[in-house]
Amino acid sequence: MSQELDTAPASDTDQAKAPRIVVAPSPHLSEGSFTTRRMMLDVLVALSPPVAVSIWVFGWYAVVQLGICVISCLVAEAAFIAWRGRAFTLGDGSAAVTGVILALSLPWSTPWYVGFIASFVAIGIGKVVFGGLGQNLFNPAMVGRAFVMICFPAALGAAAYVLPGSPLSIVTQATPLTALKQGLVESSDVLSLLIGNTNGSLGETSAIACLLGGLYLCLRRTASWEIPAGTILSVAVISGAGYLISGSSFLHPLHHILGGALLFGAFFIATDPVSSPLTVKGKWFFGLGLGAIVMLLRLASGYPEGLMFAVLLMNAVTPLINRFTIPDPVGGPVPQRN
Amino acid sequence: MTTLTREFTKGLWDEIPIFRIVLGLCPTLAVTTSLENGLGMGLAATFVLVCSNGLVSALRKLIPADVRVACYIVIIATFVVCVEMIMKAYFFTLSESLGIFIPLIVVNCIILGRAEAFAKKNGVLASLADGLGMGLGFTLALCVLGSIRELLGAGTLGLFFGERVFLAEPFAFLQQAPGAFVTLGLLLGLMNVVGKK
Repeated sequence: MSQELDTAPASDTDQAKAPRIVVAPSPHLSEGSFTTRRMMLDVLVALSPPVAVSIWVFGWYAVVQLGICVISCLVAEAAFIAWRGRAFTLGDGSAAVTGVILALSLPWSTPWYVGFIASFVAIGIGKVVFGGLGQNLFNPAMVGRAFVMICFPAALGAAAYVLPGSPLSIVTQATPLTALKQGLVESSDVLSLLIGNTNGSLGETSAIACLLGGLYLCLRRTASWEIPAGTILSVAVISGAGYLISGSSFLHPLHHILGGALLFGAFFIATDPVSSPLTVKGKWFFGLGLGAIVMLLRLASGYPEGLMFAVLLMNAVTPLINRFTIPDPVGGPVPQRN
Repeated sequence: MTTLTREFTKGLWDEIPIFRIVLGLCPTLAVTTSLENGLGMGLAATFVLVCSNGLVSALRKLIPADVRVACYIVIIATFVVCVEMIMKAYFFTLSESLGIFIPLIVVNCIILGRAEAFAKKNGVLASLADGLGMGLGFTLALCVLGSIRELLGAGTLGLFFGERVFLAEPFAFLQQAPGAFVTLGLLLGLMNVVGKK
């Protein structure tokens, strides 16, 4: 706006002195520092606790997986953007964020080519074909993960997490939610779910690390707190009701909230500003629906965890949620034109 | 003669049914898990398309305009029943793997579309040429889609190479319904790039 004022033609002196009235849509004041790059750096900072815990728990497996996915995502972004003849976009950091989230959502044992293919699908099919960052319907990292999950079920299924007799003692036992599927209720105590010394996908094991990073994101307003709040609320209500009705045969609600990828997904994946709703009411719907689908998939599907499919399903209905939750402007609803 | 040639060739590239006029997507997405299925579906639809185009064109002055779609459907359904019986008799395994989609040729948009858009206004010979071109274009598109999905999704190309496996760990995603949508979408994008003038 200011640029337009500065470069206004000053040929007619009277007109130049008179106040110029410029008509433009809101917002008229915006935070200049609130850029894509800053948001993505925020996400990378917030991801550092889960990354640290994953390296502590899984050691080199986590380092290698992170390296493969981040480098593949950056290469894929550069390649696809160059192919489309667009401006260079690696600097905004979104590809690196996709790579880190993708790596943290994979099991420790994933072969290198699976992470590589998932990264290319995430960036190519998940983002660039829609027109790049800001245009994608689905969370790119989850598109990549869903692709390899269907293509290589052996590499990402429940069996991929467990290796009996491994020197890494964490991976000799089933993941908490797989143990639930097999009927071994209360397999791991709440303390280890909090700290993260349990088996699982690389980034999801520690509830505290996810909460720390997630709270940072919410405080910085990079992520909308309504989405994780809705998700956790919905899971708590559904699992709490199940616990009250079925009693001890049902996993304790705390296990449902702290176990699996729920906290990681609720804070880092579902809050992707591109593929989640725009309005406050819509964000609550998104979070509540996400938690309900996660619980449905955990309890009634063949998979131990359903966060990835839940995020993709909710991404698919995001445009609909946006349409249904258009807020009324100041002065009442806009009258319908006949 | 030149017009007849043009009616025939337009269906092969300029107005190739799936890639250009994007009709008949239901069988396209559903049956193209392999080259063999795509070819079988395409040839069955071509036979119905040629016969129904010819008959609709021949009867175009007798069919009352008010009930023309019902008449077209009766004509198309007749030939679909023929195809279904022939396939059950001579290509039993193929007809088993195509399943419900053979009877569903009746409601294939391309066939009804050509009857409505072309056969009811043009002579019998031109309609036959149009039907043959459109049918072969449809077959071509199904074969391309089926080959890609079979080669990358299952790692084989059964029609030519029997049981030989090309990929040790194929992308099973392409054999599923979402894989069909993604492959078709990418091919449509490619056709837009290629066809840009």
